[in-house]
Amino acid sequence: MNASTQKNINGSIAGGAKPWVSQDQEPFIRINNLTKKFGDFTAVDNVSLDIYREELFCLLGGSGCGKSTLLRMLAGFEAPTSGTIMIDGQDMANVAPFDRPTNMMFQSYALFPHMSVEKNVAYGLLRDGMRKREAFEQVGEMLKLVQLQDFAKRKPDQLSGGQRQRVALARSLIKKPKLLLLDEPLGALDKKLREETQFELINIQESLGVTFIVVTHDQEEAMTLSTRIGVMNEGEIIQVGEPREIYEFPQSKFVADFIGSVNIFEGRVSDDATDYVRIKSSEADCEIHISHGVSCSENQKLWFAIRPEKLEVTHKKPRGKFNWVCGLVDEIAYQGNLSVYRIKLTSGKIIRVTKSNRLRHNEDEITWDDKVYVSWEDAAGVVLTQ
Amino acid sequence: MKKSLSFASVATFLGFVFLYAPIVSLIIFSFNKSKLVTVWAGFSTKWYVKLFQDPQILAAAWVSLKVAFISASLAIVLGTLAAYVLVRFRRFVGKNLLSGMISAPLVMPDVIIGLSLLLLFISMKSFFGWPAERGMVTIIIAHTTFCMAYVAVVVQSRLSNMDQSLEEAALDLGAKPVRVFFDITLPVIAPALVSGWLLSFTLSLDDLVIASFVTGPGATTLPIVIFSKVRLGVSPDINALATIIILVVAAGVLIAATKMKPKKGH
Repeated sequence: MNASTQKNINGSIAGGAKPWVSQDQEPFIRINNLTKKFGDFTAVDNVSLDIYREELFCLLGGSGCGKSTLLRMLAGFEAPTSGTIMIDGQDMANVAPFDRPTNMMFQSYALFPHMSVEKNVAYGLLRDGMRKREAFEQVGEMLKLVQLQDFAKRKPDQLSGGQRQRVALARSLIKKPKLLLLDEPLGALDKKLREETQFELINIQESLGVTFIVVTHDQEEAMTLSTRIGVMNEGEIIQVGEPREIYEFPQSKFVADFIGSVNIFEGRVSDDATDYVRIKSSEADCEIHISHGVSCSENQKLWFAIRPEKLEVTHKKPRGKFNWVCGLVDEIAYQGNLSVYRIKLTSGKIIRVTKSNRLRHNEDEITWDDKVYVSWEDAAGVVLTQ
Repeated sequence: MKKSLSFASVATFLGFVFLYAPIVSLIIFSFNKSKLVTVWAGFSTKWYVKLFQDPQILAAAWVSLKVAFISASLAIVLGTLAAYVLVRFRRFVGKNLLSGMISAPLVMPDVIIGLSLLLLFISMKSFFGWPAERGMVTIIIAHTTFCMAYVAVVVQSRLSNMDQSLEEAALDLGAKPVRVFFDITLPVIAPALVSGWLLSFTLSLDDLVIASFVTGPGATTLPIVIFSKVRLGVSPDINALATIIILVVAAGVLIAATKMKPKKGH
């Protein structure tokens, strides 16, 4: 299930109202030309970003891309070199971490090792001067929400990884922050637990109505969780969009390649009309026809990107002039629900095709060293100019 | 395999002999009846009785304990502050100098520390008139100075191994920096504080050279008394005293070891 459909059903950002599209809402968080330098190294480079109330925004990027630094600036642990951060209309420039309306869940969880689970969770409330009895009542409810009510008296080192993760989440949520920052929240969990926890996280976010900013390097996680994703590379935000937008309409080779897998053909425009474009690619060894106009000029160098699942692989030669290539099956990876084929084209380029295994037994099965044809629909791919 | 095993057991045996033979003989001879330390003349506890009737030794032991307790406690405070500054504060003018000065007492010979402190006390007296007389206060100052170095080193390593996001998490949850230090940092580094304190206590109790330089007529520590007694000939009541000290220290080490046994998962 896609996170954006899930959102629409549960209605956290109600009925598919997308404030970043309609622009009828004031952004809740405004990041303006934010830059952070460590000596000569620029960790975050002139980032501007608007995030709306009750969003679950993912900052996605490889290690060292500046996503954690950006998060730490929001929390107040790092001071920006230049630029501003506004949260709910308030400039954060001179606000210390302990005065910010944000809470953070750390990648290492950072649970206080000498305190029990309930004391860990209560810490924030007690620092705000809440009475002990009231605080521990709230802690009890919060622990119920994360299903840890039976572990209140345990110390962090007596818990499993998943339990610690939930304590960390409870502790960062207990003060009902306006903004919750999560640094690789599921990074330390194994795959199965991570998938379960992703949906739990979405449910908690929706039931509490807190705005989340999640930092992750895991593109699958970002796709599942977020209302929108900001893809980062070398300190810059490359593209911001809904998961579907990022996946289906990447604006650059970097984004196309970083999110999911993709086949990219380099080529030149051979025919540029208002309602179609043709690209001649020596890598693809065919002419690529795209059934919509693209802003480009004749003979311009560009890239055609197409996802492996949008390619069809057959033994039969397709009809038509465009949009098919032929090659030999180089490698097959059978993954149960689908098979991944690596096909070596006559140009020598290797492409990736996935095919879902709908039949248990296929007479016309494609096997190693078969000569096959790979074809695609006119609008299945994306033309990239950078 | 068998050969190396037997080598290991021989080595272990020799190691134990080297370490404990002198101590065992000392304990045995503390129950010697004879006045001659080296000649066994039957079992007796009279030296223990005599020890507890010797006001000079008891007074010196009391002075030593007081000095060790106070200087270990002061050293913990100062050493922890120094370590905190060195680990947590990034780059400030004189950081390298401070770091060097803190570890200096670790490598400087006791004689030089003692002499330099003596000169300092003398010139302080001529400039400010304080300390008017060398004695327990000057010994405490001297011991605090060099114990602080050991504490700083022990605490520094613990602090730099500590996950700094613990402190950030507390800040994030609304605790002010001072509160974070007492709520989070101190409990986490507590084992290092305990071992630092014990180390300082023993070092102070043990010190003869520095104490001899900076002491005055008023304060004689146990090592000074023992050393001056031994120069006149070893008397068996020193054996008795040493036995008591060994037992106390052994008990302390045992308690510390069981209390500080690392918990599962750390």
